Amino acid sequence: MAGITAYGAYIPFNRLERRRLTEAFDEPALPGEKAVANYDEDSVTMAVEAARNCLNGLPPGGLDGVYFATTTPPYREKQSATTIGAALDAPELVRTADFTSTLRAGSAALLAAADTVNSGARSVLVTAADCRPGAAGGQFEQLFGDAAAALVIGKENVLAEIEDSCTVAGDVITQWREAEDRYVRTWEERFVINRGYTPLVAGALTAIAGRNGISPRDIDRLVLSAPSPRYQTAAALSLGFQKQQIQDGLFDTVGIAGAAHAPLMLTAALERAEPGERILLVTFGEGADAILFRVTEKIKQFHPRRNTTAYLQSRKNSMNYQTYLRWKNMLDFEPPRRPDPDRPSAPAMWRNAKNNLAFYGSRCNNCGTPQIPAQRVCVHCRTKDQMSPYRFAGIAARIATYTIDYLTFSQDPPTVFAVIDFAGGGRLLCEMTDCDPAAVAIGMEVEMTFRRLFKAGGIHNYYWKAMPGR
Amino acid sequence: MSIRDKVAVIGMGCTSFGEHWDKSAGDLLVEAAYEALADANLEPDDIQAYWLGTCASGWAGISLSEPLKIQYRPVTRVENFCATGTDAFRNACYAVAAGAYDIAMAIGVEKLKDSGYSGLVITPPPGDGTAPNYSAPAAFSLLAPAYFKKYGLDPETGKKVLARIAYKNHKNGALNPRAQFRAEVPMEKILQSPIVAAPLGIMDCSGVADGSAAAIIVRAEDALKYRKDPVYVKALSVVCGPGHGAMHQDFDFTSIKETCYAGLDAYRQAGITNPRKEISMAEVHDCFTPTELVIYEDLGFSGRGRSWRDVLDGVFDLDGELPVNPDGGLKSFGHPIGASGLRMLFEMYLQLRGEAGARQIDNPKLGLTHNLGGFPWESVCSVCIVGRELG
Repeated sequence: MAGITAYGAYIPFNRLERRRLTEAFDEPALPGEKAVANYDEDSVTMAVEAARNCLNGLPPGGLDGVYFATTTPPYREKQSATTIGAALDAPELVRTADFTSTLRAGSAALLAAADTVNSGARSVLVTAADCRPGAAGGQFEQLFGDAAAALVIGKENVLAEIEDSCTVAGDVITQWREAEDRYVRTWEERFVINRGYTPLVAGALTAIAGRNGISPRDIDRLVLSAPSPRYQTAAALSLGFQKQQIQDGLFDTVGIAGAAHAPLMLTAALERAEPGERILLVTFGEGADAILFRVTEKIKQFHPRRNTTAYLQSRKNSMNYQTYLRWKNMLDFEPPRRPDPDRPSAPAMWRNAKNNLAFYGSRCNNCGTPQIPAQRVCVHCRTKDQMSPYRFAGIAARIATYTIDYLTFSQDPPTVFAVIDFAGGGRLLCEMTDCDPAAVAIGMEVEMTFRRLFKAGGIHNYYWKAMPGR
Repeated sequence: MSIRDKVAVIGMGCTSFGEHWDKSAGDLLVEAAYEALADANLEPDDIQAYWLGTCASGWAGISLSEPLKIQYRPVTRVENFCATGTDAFRNACYAVAAGAYDIAMAIGVEKLKDSGYSGLVITPPPGDGTAPNYSAPAAFSLLAPAYFKKYGLDPETGKKVLARIAYKNHKNGALNPRAQFRAEVPMEKILQSPIVAAPLGIMDCSGVADGSAAAIIVRAEDALKYRKDPVYVKALSVVCGPGHGAMHQDFDFTSIKETCYAGLDAYRQAGITNPRKEISMAEVHDCFTPTELVIYEDLGFSGRGRSWRDVLDGVFDLDGELPVNPDGGLKSFGHPIGASGLRMLFEMYLQLRGEAGARQIDNPKLGLTHNLGGFPWESVCSVCIVGRELG
């Protein structure tokens, strides 16, 4: 039976305390804080980080599919699952697909992956990530957070079997963004809840309960997405669940993470799940998906590289609202006194795709020196064309020297550039991210993270940066 | 194998460096070229071939032939980052030494102030966009923490050493009527200037200027026909590195290898074994203060780990044991890229002939110029040595 064979989350390092919104607008705010993607992060980079966390050393060669779910893809026309697969060093013979345009994209991708596995694929990676935009001063700005989650669906070493699933479609206008809209719109809340959310969720749950002969008390964890914390609880209670069955929606720590929200809650539930437990996942968006899982004995043997608790603790919440607006491109700032970057060359990106996305360099077959970027003539012994591919993505490094650049343009000045020396050899001069410039020092340990360097000519340019270990 | 004593400089010109809002690159070229012609007592038609050095202020030889109205003669445009001017000079010297021409001109120019941006703006060739977008001071500031850590300087002492270099160069530039900045700057002001790339402040950076400089070259045996006090070329070296420092952990960011190799090559050509004693004065590429700090060691002026003490001891001051950047350097004279190498040569030309006025160094015999283009880990370096006597 197909099920989840690996899971992992990603929560950005930076958080915005909601009291900053009170300070900005002099209006009451929700408690807690929300996760904010750095200016160099987007749904694609967060999906890659969640997938790296989930795969945790599993060879990507076993993947027959890479799926990506989001309502905030970087492109309207150009697939992102291919970028994510390439960054993970997935094989070229792989089915890739983006699932977009609905908050049910995460569960839709998960169900599609299960179908793919049931029709013969070995395993399919499902990534979900979102950074949904809420207009300044509005309720969505308070509610929405940025995060990602990843699951591998397969048939071997299943941690949680998919017992059943069901989908109710319902074309109700509740929350939406038209093709040209920047921010999420919503209809009147009472209509959204009473004619959208509550009846559709109830419909899916009634159907799956009837088919499986189960009632709320047979469920150990209810992973229920909702338009707000209040309605998550209200809907669950009205359907006969107890408060303790409801999986924490991370509203006070992350915020509502769009299509990634339910997958994120699911990874948190799996981290604490016991063998034999039943988890019911329910998503909402123009209908509802319900998926029933049963946790297996194998759950004890799997651990993501970092669990959600570690991600929640590893954070910086000192950002002010002006920085938030800048990262989200919501204010026109004075342009830098430097020329705009040229768009990257598509042929050069194509030639170097394996190096830039999967972060390969080369290693000299003659003298063994790792080098990045990949070379033809060895930088050490000058042997020509005797190189083997050498992947730097998961290798720890230390800072050899660094600078804090106040001149170069950045949405988060100053920019730290560091010369980093990889364990086992190889050196790179690269940008740092998610770091406190004052704390950077020679000898500091860093790891690599997949980021977007810039966008130019409508092309998003992804590469890797160094950051202090989280 | 050496260029030593094969060619001589018989005329030079150099514009003032600075913000020439009212002059184009062509205007500046006309000014430097005609000053050099007048200095050598020659007419434009006497020049048989030209080498034009410019990093980004014009393409092809016509950038020079059009403003000067050169009558259908060879003009070669040279670009080699900050070594551009010196490399134009080097190529002109070789052509004359080879006997291809009797009289050639090397001329460099840069017009930086028209871009509206601070510093040099070069559009790189199309690429995959992954090259880190650091600023020039950031690239060279990488030297500072590495040097401080290796030689045990606390950040305060390190910063003071760097400031002392800027202080010296401004002090020298104050004596130079052609320099961009002609005022001494107190240490306190340098130390407290706004940070641009930590630990470097704005006062650790060279001046962004427009300017042009030119030299006229003949074979050494013909030189006295043109003037009684020519300056003879003793060595010319340009080296480019493999980028080793950016990829290999052996490189420790306290030295720039291209400078070491160009220096060794030039000393071999000129027959110099103890540069600190034999070189009378030097103009080196002080694009940023830590660059000058490591150049002292890379050129053998100071022992390894010793240059910071020599700086504090005043060894490289105008009245010190080995004056460096007597004309104010890039820091105070300004740095129009393609012109800088020839500007350095101009100072050597003045000093060797006793025409440096208030900056005159007592009885100099050999002068060295040094340019560094690129980055500490991957650069092009030029070193030129000139002297007042043959042999």
